[in-house]
Amino acid sequence: MLEHAPALLVVLPLVAAPLIVLVRREAFAWLATTAASYACLVLAVGLITRVADTGVISYAMGNWAPPWGIEYRVDALSAFVLLAVSLTASLVAPYAQRSIAAEVGEDRRYLVYAMYCLCLAGLLGMTITGDAFNLFVFLEISSLATYVLIGMGPRRKALVAAYQYMLMGTVGATFYVIGVGLLYLMTGTLNLVDMAQRLQAAEDLRPVLAALAFITVGIGLKLALFPLHQWLPNAYAYGPSMATAFLAATATKVSVYVLLRYYFLVFDPAALFDRLPTRELFIGLSVAAMITASLVAVFEQDVKRLFAYSSVAQIGYITLGIGVDNLESLTGSIAHLLNHGVTKGAIFVLLGGVALRAAGAPITMSSIAGLGRRMPLTAFGLVIAGLSLIGIPGTAGFITKWYLILGAIDRGHWWIVAAILASSLIAAAYVWRLVEAAYLRAPAADASPAREAPLGMLSAALAMVALCVYFGFDTSYSIGGAREAAELLLKGQQ
Amino acid sequence: MTVLAAHYSHWVAIFLISAGMYILIARGNLLKKLIGLGILQTSVYLLYIAPGKLIGGTAPIVAEGFTLYSNPLPHVLILTAIVVGVATLALGLALVVRIREAYGTIEEDEILERD
Repeated sequence: MLEHAPALLVVLPLVAAPLIVLVRREAFAWLATTAASYACLVLAVGLITRVADTGVISYAMGNWAPPWGIEYRVDALSAFVLLAVSLTASLVAPYAQRSIAAEVGEDRRYLVYAMYCLCLAGLLGMTITGDAFNLFVFLEISSLATYVLIGMGPRRKALVAAYQYMLMGTVGATFYVIGVGLLYLMTGTLNLVDMAQRLQAAEDLRPVLAALAFITVGIGLKLALFPLHQWLPNAYAYGPSMATAFLAATATKVSVYVLLRYYFLVFDPAALFDRLPTRELFIGLSVAAMITASLVAVFEQDVKRLFAYSSVAQIGYITLGIGVDNLESLTGSIAHLLNHGVTKGAIFVLLGGVALRAAGAPITMSSIAGLGRRMPLTAFGLVIAGLSLIGIPGTAGFITKWYLILGAIDRGHWWIVAAILASSLIAAAYVWRLVEAAYLRAPAADASPAREAPLGMLSAALAMVALCVYFGFDTSYSIGGAREAAELLLKGQQ
Repeated sequence: MTVLAAHYSHWVAIFLISAGMYILIARGNLLKKLIGLGILQTSVYLLYIAPGKLIGGTAPIVAEGFTLYSNPLPHVLILTAIVVGVATLALGLALVVRIREAYGTIEEDEILERD
């Protein structure tokens, strides 16, 4: 049984989804989603301990030996991402009943759970698979489920947001397929490990570089790499709160993982980083994202959109680590997949609680006035998570920035250190606006009555906030896992 | 000229990809955008399938007298990609129907006006 854990991790949520659609009962949908999420968490924990003990796990799907069959491959990097995704999944969905009930019509609630399971299956599949085309299929499974989830948002703008995301997401996925097609032409294999070995012998580099370009743009669209991030703010702002919380914490992170995997373990990084201006490109785009997206967030009135722009900036930190390209910076990047996941997950679950009490009205700066008195725990959680976005010492965000700065200093890029500090200052400005509205302003006359969010949502969100603080003090899991993953990536370079 | 002739399937694919992208970006009608998306996705099928065909090659069945086989794997991959494309198109059309119900139009600029 345990040897099939890599397959089960994907199969369980994948099977849960059609069951939910067949049964059509909300209670069953919740039960199946919760069971699948927790089972995935248990399996992911099991896998990460096994990888730590015995090294890379290679699972031959259907007993067809790789590279002919599809290989599921769990190494230090994918185990880390699997754990991050299943951890947020099990913290979000099981507690979101009230939020879903408030935002989605009764006849469509079971579909939210079904799409959530499909999305989870797709994300876990993207992470665990060792096959380039299989990765595309999982990418599309998770993406299609995401478009539906966002389209089920409470306001009609959700439909337009979902449509736009669908166009850009599909272009991204199509570009990825073009890239994989070119690689397949050059190597005759789809297994990523096998492909990496054969690419070293490739004589004509031009198609390989074209493939690299297509994969970079394609996955860049999916991970909202600046300036390909236009779909993200609307999708996050208008989707159902629970969907936003889950997607903000996981979807873009898994795409970053795919990019890391291709850059360091498939393409020859010597050719990639030394023959092309990859470092400069990533550093430039990341710094632009960190500064401009944070600036937009400062002037945003809609709170969900504010945090969506903040996500674009935070993704900038993650891709910055790829551009700086050394052990410290990559450790920071990979750790930020988890650190930012729990931070943003907490924020969007808390905002879900606020939206629930505001009875569907959009959450603006004026509607959260006096939140500190009306919903004290929610406001407190938002502040702590906000501090983690800024990167105050004692929170998870600080640890990431610390490693990114160490990496930048090691390369002698002092201006990047300045850019990180500037971006943190701008983050402080938008978090301060929130604090000011929540604690210093009196509630509006028509504000919703003073009631905390439902206990389940609140405890899940505060658990994530606690993780934010925990990862700020004890880094043995976050940085420990990330460092092993970064070492794995850099070892691929030799 | 020889580059053009030897790789004409690639040139067709490149033209179709560009045309699809152009329609996707330039048209404001949500349905026409989906048509562009369809062309973009379909052109990738050509990019995969054409190189799998060897001139004079047969279906990959072991039989006497045949030594040259075409590669069947691209066909299998594209079969999957077609399924994905159909699902995407179906979802896109469903969203357009819902947008039309909610806004009464499928022109992008009019939708932006009505928000």
